[in-house]
Amino acid sequence: MTIGEFLTSPSDTARRDGPYNKIVLSSRVRLARNVKGMPFPGWAKKPDRVRALELVRPSVEGLPQMADSFSESMDNLTVLDKNILVERHLISREHAAKNAGSGLVLNREESLCVMINEEDHLRMQALRPGLQLRQAWHAIDQVDSKLEKKMEFAFTPTLGYLTACPTNVGTGIRVSAMLHLPGLVLAEQINQIIQAVNKLGLAVRGLYGEGTEALGNVFQVSNQMTLGETENDIVERLNKVLAQIIEHEENARSMLLEKKPKTVYNHIGRAYGILANAHSISSKETLNLLSLMRLGVDLGLFTDLERWQVDELFITTQPAHLQKVHSEKLSAEERDLFRADMLRERLRQVSRPKIK
Amino acid sequence: MLCCICKEKEAKVHLTQIVGDKMQKVDLCEECAKQKGVNDPTGFSLADLLLGLGASQEMEQSAADIKCPHCGFTQADFKKAGRLGCSECYQTFREGLEGLLKSMHKGTRHVGKVPQALQQSRDLADRLKNLQKKLDKAVAEEDFEQAALVRDEMKMTREKLGTLPSS
Repeated sequence: MTIGEFLTSPSDTARRDGPYNKIVLSSRVRLARNVKGMPFPGWAKKPDRVRALELVRPSVEGLPQMADSFSESMDNLTVLDKNILVERHLISREHAAKNAGSGLVLNREESLCVMINEEDHLRMQALRPGLQLRQAWHAIDQVDSKLEKKMEFAFTPTLGYLTACPTNVGTGIRVSAMLHLPGLVLAEQINQIIQAVNKLGLAVRGLYGEGTEALGNVFQVSNQMTLGETENDIVERLNKVLAQIIEHEENARSMLLEKKPKTVYNHIGRAYGILANAHSISSKETLNLLSLMRLGVDLGLFTDLERWQVDELFITTQPAHLQKVHSEKLSAEERDLFRADMLRERLRQVSRPKIK
Repeated sequence: MLCCICKEKEAKVHLTQIVGDKMQKVDLCEECAKQKGVNDPTGFSLADLLLGLGASQEMEQSAADIKCPHCGFTQADFKKAGRLGCSECYQTFREGLEGLLKSMHKGTRHVGKVPQALQQSRDLADRLKNLQKKLDKAVAEEDFEQAALVRDEMKMTREKLGTLPSS
């Protein structure tokens, strides 16, 4: 089965629902692990990397959680398929650049995804829709406990799990949530929030993780420190901070509606106008305008549009997803035309935002 | 004031960071600052910069260029890649890493999850220690019946410990 056939359709993916889904798009917990006695992937020569992959991959595939999974070596995936996986947030951009000696194992529900030989031998992640950090941590903790019975991880009592980058040493954990914060951006409070969150030792990043732009008002909040704190403490600290951010976003939205309703309606109305009528549109502009449409849905301005439909467009208008449905290779300009066609078609049945 | 990297041009970028209870200062010229990514707020970490300066200077004084005996990775490789070569590198570059870990993490000791096998052997080792104390006490009190019991239990614990991987 190809990855294209394996993956859930964008519409079903967008329909996955979780707690606080209005603001929290998804939760993720990732653990970094390395096999004892083997050089880290970035320094290992190809035969060593292949040896690590051959050791790790069958163990991951054999997990009860991975029954009916998709497992593939990265050199057997096309560039397009890898980009689709990045756009679905299932693998990192760094992993998409890997070839022979690296691998991927993804479960049927797309709630567990293990990258083999990314920066570390194992980067295993549990994904959940909405705010479900605890659930994600328990799920990946179980995977880890099963795997440690099959192989010995590089670990010392003082430094914990040893990782290629010292920033991950200790627990090797990265707990993160993807947030949609148009209210805080429109209210111009987002920078204050980011600074406050940074001061608590947490990182705020863009849509595709490290070093990326906050397109579509989507931000990733995650822990940075991995040593000297238990996994539970990290999860709970993030939960506390996220609860605060959610509250601030809700407040920003009500404040905007109360004090600057025209500004809000203007942004949403223009977003609708452009998306429903453009004949050429970039993916960046699309994401930013879809974010405003999503806000419009949350505020009840679109009576015949549901949030999942906007979320589906978030996925299908991305470059690789757009290319996937066309047999011939598209240039960026052609993609912009097709993207606009798709958006006009989808929004044809959606009436203009109604001001209450 | 001269740039502390190239030691040639006038320093224009001044950075201060409190690490633990120590204040660390770095003064850079515009070119070196750019090269180290100081202008790029997303990619910049003073800790990395300091490692390149302070840590390497420290290392240079103690040993010209340490090489990991296990994987051949050098301090220069770490400065270039920001990643280590293998798990043994943590032991090899222990001195240079200490300050770095302190600056980037909450603590310097792992307090999180421990692989179960290791946790078991740790528990058994603790039990052995306690049994040894019990044995010493029994011998001191000339309670040889009790001493024999404790000795048997210690033998069993040691056998169990022998079947587990060592830390």
